[in-house]
Amino acid sequence: MKSEYSGAQLTALVALRFAIGWHFFYEGVSKAVNAYWTSAGFLEQSQGFLSEWFVDLASNPSTLAVVDFLNVWGLVLVGLGLMLGGLTRTAACFGILMLILYYLATPPWPGFVYAIPAEGAYLIINKTFIELCALLVTLFFPTGKIIGLDRLVRLARARGSVQESYA
Amino acid sequence: MSDEIRNGDDGTLDDADNAEGDSPLESGDLADEPASEPAAGPAGSDAADEPTPARRTAASSGSGGIGRRDVVKALATVPVFGALGYSAFRRKGLAAEERRRLLEELGIEDEGAAVFSELENRTYSDTIRVGIIGFGGEGESLIRSLGFAHPDWIQARREAKIDDPRDTWFDEWLQQENLNVEITAVCDLFDVRAERAIAASTQPIRPGGDTRQLKPAKRYRHFEELVAAPDVDAVVIATPDHWHSRITVAAAQMGKHVYCEKCMTRTEEEVWPMAEAVKSSGIVFQLGHQNRQMESHEKARQVVEKGILGPITLVETTTNRNDKWGAWVWDIHEDGNPRTIDWELFQEAAAHKVPFSLERFFRWRCWYDYGTGLAGDLLSHEYDAINQILSLGIPHSATSSGGIYFFKDGRDVPDVWQAVFEYPDRDLTLVYSATLANGRERGIVMMGHDASMDVGTRLKVTADASSTRYKEMLEEEMVKPDRPMLTYESGFKGVDAVTTATQEYFASRGLLFTYRGGKRVSTYYLHLREWLNAIRFDGETSCNIDRGIEEAITCHMATKSYLEGRRVTWDPFQRKIV
Repeated sequence: MKSEYSGAQLTALVALRFAIGWHFFYEGVSKAVNAYWTSAGFLEQSQGFLSEWFVDLASNPSTLAVVDFLNVWGLVLVGLGLMLGGLTRTAACFGILMLILYYLATPPWPGFVYAIPAEGAYLIINKTFIELCALLVTLFFPTGKIIGLDRLVRLARARGSVQESYA
Repeated sequence: MSDEIRNGDDGTLDDADNAEGDSPLESGDLADEPASEPAAGPAGSDAADEPTPARRTAASSGSGGIGRRDVVKALATVPVFGALGYSAFRRKGLAAEERRRLLEELGIEDEGAAVFSELENRTYSDTIRVGIIGFGGEGESLIRSLGFAHPDWIQARREAKIDDPRDTWFDEWLQQENLNVEITAVCDLFDVRAERAIAASTQPIRPGGDTRQLKPAKRYRHFEELVAAPDVDAVVIATPDHWHSRITVAAAQMGKHVYCEKCMTRTEEEVWPMAEAVKSSGIVFQLGHQNRQMESHEKARQVVEKGILGPITLVETTTNRNDKWGAWVWDIHEDGNPRTIDWELFQEAAAHKVPFSLERFFRWRCWYDYGTGLAGDLLSHEYDAINQILSLGIPHSATSSGGIYFFKDGRDVPDVWQAVFEYPDRDLTLVYSATLANGRERGIVMMGHDASMDVGTRLKVTADASSTRYKEMLEEEMVKPDRPMLTYESGFKGVDAVTTATQEYFASRGLLFTYRGGKRVSTYYLHLREWLNAIRFDGETSCNIDRGIEEAITCHMATKSYLEGRRVTWDPFQRKIV
């Protein structure tokens, strides 16, 4: 057998995928266990061209509840998918979508100042953006079917096809 | 965000996953594939799901499917995930265990919201007929909180919500209970305001599904006629302070229940006839310190009762506002003139008689003739909040100083003012510090030997580095002096639309809203409801006449000290400030 990736490449890619997954997962879990957590504060300080929409979401208690729920469990599921390599591509796609929303809610663009201080100094590129780029890498250099649950799925499918062809 | 995710769940999962093998780099990911097998190649991406003949061969020759190595590779990340997860949950478990030990040590059973013994689900079958005396800004807020908003307010709030969806005042107001109140009478010395009260009394949009057709309130020119009216059961007094005592006495004598705005009186002398009238008549009296309804104040009281702060020696409370409105430079109504305002009646109870003055009528808090400036308006709230938490009572002595340093507009009350109260029997000093020309946020801080507590809508208790009680816990780093050891949040999830510095100040002191069961509720409404419930069900109000006496005397001690430039003391035997 032979992988197109060298051992070092594969290790690096799986490590990257796992690390992003862990970050998502733990962000989700820590919010899920905090009864007081809500995205309201984050959404409320939204700036940029989508800010009105984000603030609207936060202002209505029912939409806020939906957003909070989807955010928490989206983080957990994306995290699990990336870490375990199951539905890896889907997890990466949703992860990217979430990161785009986070980025656009509070973009670090010139002229925007936020009440919640960042822990570093950012202009245009922030850690969310970098995580987004990293997730693009894991999407286009996939490893789930090499190291991950997707491997079993794929093998099972391949086996099914073979049996079909014998039939 | 929500729609996209839902759509994805509908059917994109499998498609996306199937496509995963599309990458040209990934063709070699099947362990059992022969080394010679060519990569699927970019062109083959669309057909990746269809196994090529070579793959079929590989799969079939690979011991008929999934081998041990496949399983190992498929699950390779699981142990790492397990190890990380275990350490995270172990850390969390240890943290929870430490938390439990800490709470046990502090004698706190739970960290939930304060529990209020509320008279929920009572039916208000008997209508209470309310008369309003003084329909300025505060009077209008109070009557609105009873369920009667002026049409202009409804219009303005609806428009505000369109501009800013965070503005939920109108929705919250509509969600109030129907208190089964009628506004039957109004007395205001300014025609425009009297008309506004009448308009509010019949305004058909009301909270709690109240659809009664109501008659307009009757206007009285003099409060004595209003309190004597047979269709008035209770009165709300929201006049300038110099009228509070006289109107309360008149109402009590007629057996009418009283909700009176703070400061309870303008002078020390007015306190006693008012207290006597309320006590001897047996009416239900509530003083307008709506901060009494604050969820976090109730929680703060419990923290103090548990002795978590240790001996409290210093309490600091503050007022910072930085706009004209916050400094009582209120709008002068364009229709205000000697024909529309009964000026002589307005100043009948005042110490000094002066010619008609629009400034004095509309901005009365700026003059000692009608109020006591910062003392009666804002120290009174701050003191009452402290009194609510610590049950301090009347101080032994008061010293105060300040000046008119910013708003040099003809007022005679200071705009920067500090007062210091001594409680030797409690081994405690209370410091009040205020400026109307700076909006810095300063809260209420209670300083004990073992811990400090910041009191606002939130509560934050931080152990002191040199605490005796927490010495061991500090050494064990179970608590840290740079981190709160206890915090209390309301459980409210959402956005509070608070826009100006003055509003921010009001909100932080519970003068606008508090939370019940995670929902934002107006404190005015809760305070009025408590008063009505006490009338209906023979209960007690939280800011009764005894709390009112303490509030008024404390404020007047500070005012007397400022005006006479000396330290004053309270003589508990003569019941007099000396």
